[in-house]
Amino acid sequence: MQTGNLLLLLVVLIGLAYYLGHRRAVAMARPLGGIRHLHSLPFYYAMRSALWCAMPALVVLGCWLAFDDSIIREVVLNGMPVDLRPADEAGRSLMLSRIGNVASGALSADTVGPEVAAAAERLTSLRTTSAMALTVVVVVLAMMGGAWAWLKVSPTLRARQQVERVLQFLFMLCATLAILTTVGILFSVLFESIRFFGKIPFSEFLFGLQWSPQTALRADQVAAHGAFGAIPLFVGTLLISAIALIVAVPVGLMSAIYLAEYAHPKVRSFAKPALEVLAGVPTVVYGFFAALTVAPFIRNIGEAVGLGVSSESALAAGLVMGVMIIPFVSSLSDDVITAVPQAMRDGSLGLGATRSETIKKVIFPAALPGIMGGILLAASRAIGETMIVVMAAGLAANLTVNPLEAVTTITVQIVTLLTGDQEFDSAKTLAAFALGLMLFLTTLAMNVLALHIVRKYREQYD
Amino acid sequence: MDTAEKLDKNASGRNHAEEPLIDLEEQPMQETRYPEHTVGTPFVDAPKMRFRDVNVSYGDTQAIHNISLDIGKNEVISLIGPSGCGKSTFLRCLNRMNDTIDICRVSGELFLEDQDLYDSKMDVVELRARVGMVFQKPNPFPKSIYDNVAYGPRLHGLANKKFELDEIVETSLRKAGLWEEVKDRLHAPGTGLSGGQQQRLCIARTIAVSPEVVLMDEPCSALDPIATAKIEELIDELTESYTIAIVTHSMQQAARVSNRTAYFHLGRLIEVNDTETVFTKPEHELTEAYITGRFG
Amino acid sequence: MSKTTEKVRKTLARRYRAERRFKAFGIVSIVIGLSALLLLFGDIIGKGHSAFFEHYVELSITYDPETLEIEDANDPEQLRYGNFEGVVRAAIQERFPRVEERQDRRALNALLSTSAGYELRDRLEADPSLLGQKETLWLQLDDDADMFLKGSEKQRENARLSPQQREWVLDLEAAGETRSEFNRSLFTSGDSREPEQAGILGAILGSVFTMLVTLALSFPIGIAAAIYLEEFAPKNRFTDFIEVNINNLAAVPSIIFGLLGLAIFLSWFGMPRSVPLVGGIVLTLMTLPTVIISSRAAIKAVPPSIREAAMGLGASKMQVVLHHVLPLAMPGMLTGAIIGMAQALGETAPLLMIGMVAFIVELPTGPLSAATVLPVQIFLWAGSPEQSFVALTSAAIMVLLAFLIAMNTLAVVLRKRLERRW
Repeated sequence: MQTGNLLLLLVVLIGLAYYLGHRRAVAMARPLGGIRHLHSLPFYYAMRSALWCAMPALVVLGCWLAFDDSIIREVVLNGMPVDLRPADEAGRSLMLSRIGNVASGALSADTVGPEVAAAAERLTSLRTTSAMALTVVVVVLAMMGGAWAWLKVSPTLRARQQVERVLQFLFMLCATLAILTTVGILFSVLFESIRFFGKIPFSEFLFGLQWSPQTALRADQVAAHGAFGAIPLFVGTLLISAIALIVAVPVGLMSAIYLAEYAHPKVRSFAKPALEVLAGVPTVVYGFFAALTVAPFIRNIGEAVGLGVSSESALAAGLVMGVMIIPFVSSLSDDVITAVPQAMRDGSLGLGATRSETIKKVIFPAALPGIMGGILLAASRAIGETMIVVMAAGLAANLTVNPLEAVTTITVQIVTLLTGDQEFDSAKTLAAFALGLMLFLTTLAMNVLALHIVRKYREQYD
Repeated sequence: MDTAEKLDKNASGRNHAEEPLIDLEEQPMQETRYPEHTVGTPFVDAPKMRFRDVNVSYGDTQAIHNISLDIGKNEVISLIGPSGCGKSTFLRCLNRMNDTIDICRVSGELFLEDQDLYDSKMDVVELRARVGMVFQKPNPFPKSIYDNVAYGPRLHGLANKKFELDEIVETSLRKAGLWEEVKDRLHAPGTGLSGGQQQRLCIARTIAVSPEVVLMDEPCSALDPIATAKIEELIDELTESYTIAIVTHSMQQAARVSNRTAYFHLGRLIEVNDTETVFTKPEHELTEAYITGRFG
Repeated sequence: MSKTTEKVRKTLARRYRAERRFKAFGIVSIVIGLSALLLLFGDIIGKGHSAFFEHYVELSITYDPETLEIEDANDPEQLRYGNFEGVVRAAIQERFPRVEERQDRRALNALLSTSAGYELRDRLEADPSLLGQKETLWLQLDDDADMFLKGSEKQRENARLSPQQREWVLDLEAAGETRSEFNRSLFTSGDSREPEQAGILGAILGSVFTMLVTLALSFPIGIAAAIYLEEFAPKNRFTDFIEVNINNLAAVPSIIFGLLGLAIFLSWFGMPRSVPLVGGIVLTLMTLPTVIISSRAAIKAVPPSIREAAMGLGASKMQVVLHHVLPLAMPGMLTGAIIGMAQALGETAPLLMIGMVAFIVELPTGPLSAATVLPVQIFLWAGSPEQSFVALTSAAIMVLLAFLIAMNTLAVVLRKRLERRW
């Protein structure tokens, strides 16, 4: 039976369990003189039955679906004659996809060897068996769970507590998903990175000045493993982020100060959301704008004054990225500036300070930690920004700090290395995960620091 | 604004404070207990600050109605009254701190000596340097004690040399009675002091600019009795060189520190008299009701 | 006049200059921010508005059975292999009879879109009696000719047409045999190599399926997590750790979530590439922190008195939450979910990682059929060399922005309508 149909059947069973549980609770209450003599409302007895019907079955179903395919493949591969079993990872996945293709009919069985054809047959039969077994197991489990819960219905059963506890547990599971996601991220980048550092030494990656992974395309080439020195990427990332911050920090900060301290409420109610629109524009739009409008514009200006500007200059990507993070800086600064108590302003104004003196000498120093936190968050945003640089920055890993030249960044390389067709565990794709690990750790450190600073700052005035 | 103008017109005809209570038949009931004009002695000779027919409104609500009052040189005048009676609002007009509130409108004559506070030629920075203010909650800047006190003098360029500044800081802290307590830790943050010390620091910060008038907006409301006593002592000493207007919630405090007392009620100035008179034989029934604790 | 006053007066001019300067900096900053916004929108609209229209040419078509190689118009087999292109060619050559050279004829044929043939087939299929008949039709022009007609004098000089082709097109234009029509294919077809036939419907459907998956997952999970953290979680290290994680995830670069999807969902669980289901799951993980954070704020805004009132009547904690807190917090949660969805709708990078970047012509039929999404379509088109794809990209951006604006407006309206002031 197909998974979709199975789920549908399960839903019907759950509904049935709910209905029967409800009926039984009501029936039991009648001789006692009404449902007030039950421990819980019939609803909870019904929910309890439904939960008992659903949960074991769903857990088994989930685990089964998650693991059955990989187990079946393993069995099929191991069932093949030893001499045909590929030794390395790449060969195995190639063989598996061939078997899969034969099984699905995309590849004719005549074009492959009899062993492969046999394996394909085995694959098909195992899959059928697995699906059938799954159906039986799930349905039986659901029925057993439902029946057991139904039998247990009694006026003294603490159904409400039990249902609520399950619900609370489910809520907690949802909250824990945040941890699971972090762990998942760590695992996914860490494992592949470790494999990468098995091929390329860590020091070479971290301190190497040459980045040219493209040469690792074919194993028979002379420089078979390419060059994986990530320094040019780090420098490029920092260069573009620095340009972005040079644009965004003063503009964002001064806008926030003006809107918080000077602007008429009407101006503020218009300008603040308008600036925030900038944060809502998808990054791919900024990328398009940077690549097709800003970059040619800068190049033309450069040519007019006799400067050689690359058409993928770091300046164009940086400027546009700066525009993108203006609202981050301004809204975070706005938060911390308005958090400075009015008493501070009054104290300073009461002594005869002008507004700007009050801002520069009292509010700004008081808000500085919070503002620094905001800038850190903005910087982390700039470092991790992908689409703008993918579209507007270059691919060539030049080691330069000249903003008029093309540089490449960590995120650009991750995208380039992982899009398109290639085997999953060449040094090239693994390098992308190593870069991902660097990116994750850097931004993680910056975020933790920034959030810590901002929190400490908030506590100061709470 | 409309109401304020109307009241202005009403008031402009007659001018003296010693008017009897208004005729009961002419006025709606709820207004009957207000005197048409402040009773007692709101005016003095050669005042430091002079106010006539001051009206203040926030948007559509009028907070202050037709207040006329003089503040004499080197006197301590206390403004008392139940909460929401407009005494703080009035105080904040005296150095135009109300400018920070957009919807606040002030009308009437407000003079510091012979200068109109709300004249377009009046510079608000200069005004606030001459009329300093101490706030309800101690609000030291998150800077060192020294920098807190030196903040005003630095702003206004009152000291050219480092030693001059040191001198100003020391005298101000001494005057505020804080010097002995903090002289060894001038560069510790001002926020680390106790509440009473913080408030004295704020007073030192205010007098470091050598203002002519010091406004105090319930300076002791956030402090414990011992700290309050110290501040009251300090106010007593400061009278010698400054004119002080203090808003307070505590009648005892008003009785202890001030020469004259003004009683506010729902935005109106009911009675102004010598402190003793106000507390022993108040002229107006509202003042008496407040003094004797019937409301407040 | 005291000494203080004198000294203060001396500094005033300088200090007010500084004040004005400072204020001017503020105004300049805001102007920079707002003009960047205007520039961005102006540029996109300027580039994209023309893509909403395209040019058609009027030709007299003969459904000649011989050219078509069709004897029976009711036979779908014959219809499928009919030489409709030939009929179109014949029609345009009839319009310009003096063109005889083989090469010139090819250049002439290139003025028409390949979609013209499909159009004829559809017509014939709908009305088989047309076979052997004549009719006058408006047929789609090729994108180069279309661009030429749309362009200004200066743009026309740069058009990718040969001098001969220009002459023909100008001739058609002068004779009133071309006209501009609303670009329907933009909203009714999937991607195509031919700009004049490329549309965003496929990408929109892909986005819709992806968003449905994201909404179905992130809304309930986000609310459940928020309820747990606000109402049930004990104050301990584990809870703190969850909070730290949520706050961090909100700031993790989106591409990292793509790596997660690639390594865990595709490689490990063996889920298919390029499908909205996986895209939706990845975007769920990405938007979950946003949804949780805003849901928590909404729960926090429900005053404790409500909880106490219900609690006082003997409701259990869970009943208080489900019967009172949740309904009252719902508007705020919905707003947060919509904002999270808007963020997910504009996201590109993680979807590149899980293969939603393929060239897909067919319209996706469900969350399990290969698809791309609107922002990725924009990315793909932005990389195409043809000039007319620039206009198309901008048009797609306008559609995307329209969706985002609609969603954010909805969120604002919802907040205004349903928000309760306590």
